[in-house]
Amino acid sequence: MALTQSDIDVEIKDLQDAYDKAVAGGALVRNHPSRDYPPYRSSLLRHPKQPLVAVDGGDPETVELSGPVFGVTDITEHDSDLTIQHRGEPIGERMTVSGRLLDRDGRPVRGQLIEIWQANAAGRYAHLREQHPAPLDPNFTGVGRTLTNDQGRYRFTTIKPGPYPWGNHTNAWRPAHIHFSVFGTAFTQRLITQMYFPSDPLFRYDPILQSVTDQAARDRLIATYQHDLSQPEFSMGYEWDIVLDGPSATWIEEGR
Amino acid sequence: MTERLLPTPSHTIGPFYGHALPFPDGGRVAPQGHPEAITLHGYVLDGAGEVIPDALLDFWQAAPDGSLEGAPGSMRRDPSTGGFLGRGGVDFTGFGRVATDADGRYALHTLPPGNAGLPYLSVCVFARGLVHHLFTRAYLADGADPLLDSLPADRRATLIAAEGANRTYRFDIRLQGEGETVFLEFQ
Repeated sequence: MALTQSDIDVEIKDLQDAYDKAVAGGALVRNHPSRDYPPYRSSLLRHPKQPLVAVDGGDPETVELSGPVFGVTDITEHDSDLTIQHRGEPIGERMTVSGRLLDRDGRPVRGQLIEIWQANAAGRYAHLREQHPAPLDPNFTGVGRTLTNDQGRYRFTTIKPGPYPWGNHTNAWRPAHIHFSVFGTAFTQRLITQMYFPSDPLFRYDPILQSVTDQAARDRLIATYQHDLSQPEFSMGYEWDIVLDGPSATWIEEGR
Repeated sequence: MTERLLPTPSHTIGPFYGHALPFPDGGRVAPQGHPEAITLHGYVLDGAGEVIPDALLDFWQAAPDGSLEGAPGSMRRDPSTGGFLGRGGVDFTGFGRVATDADGRYALHTLPPGNAGLPYLSVCVFARGLVHHLFTRAYLADGADPLLDSLPADRRATLIAAEGANRTYRFDIRLQGEGETVFLEFQ
């Protein structure tokens, strides 16, 4: 029997209630989603059942306290403007998306790689396995990359992605989002996540966003409309800072 | 110490990263034809023992001389066409990225890591259905090691790649169930 949105809503609510009750009882706040989150059906067979094993990050010889570096050869100027990668202009609402990449001590992460990918304005990915019968845009691939600057800031020009349907349950729709892949100064800080747009009515129905059970943590995935970032006659501005988790080696700080 | 910022939560990589993240030569970390090149390879499997054809693996390792400095140039771009140039074949960047194929298989061609202690590659696993990436290590030798020594024998074995012919090492990653790979958290 096909799962309905109301079936999923009940599961989401039960897990949300259980989390809120646990925190009210003194349990630690969860900043990341639980890998075991049944309302997102694909997670069922793809999460470990054994607890993670802790590695002491105090040893400076731990390989993961350093990480890959990227430079000017790894990007082109066009990579951060997703609206100029083809002969014509993509259709949709043009946006400037910008923010800072920080570690948990608030220090900017400089010169690091940020990669993004997203659906087009009609909610279609330029990916062959994507079967959603919305139009492809010949002028939009939806892939970008950039390096953060000396203040840890990144900036992309793109168009606003549309929501799209997926097969988790009947009538499942993802809220509009942009995928972000980022690196810190240490491999331990590696992060892939998704940025959302303010006040999307699909938030409450989406098991992927709701897999982050902490409301304050969910809110950190939502960009802010920033009028000062909007460009006259050109684009709407959205601001979104990214804070990386995980230990890093302080001895690396100077050279970067 | 000031109050620490709260981290941005992780999310799944989803199914449609294939036109965005993999890049040509992502799995060719070793300069082509290097006499000491090794191949780390294997399958990524789910809790039912089925292969995972849409996983993405990031690799990070020390250079053969033990350096953890890395180098740019993993995904060199062509400013004239906007395409990828491939690696330059001179610098060892220490970074590799491979998506599993339709058979759930990956292969990484690299140089032996020269880190202190037992040689290992750090692996970061992403997949549709996995809401937060997983870290593990592919050790290329067994022996005394603080992490390995803290594990029961059957779990320890999941972190040690099996040496095969022609400088190959087999390292399967099982996300769940029997033989589940040991996954790590860093504190």
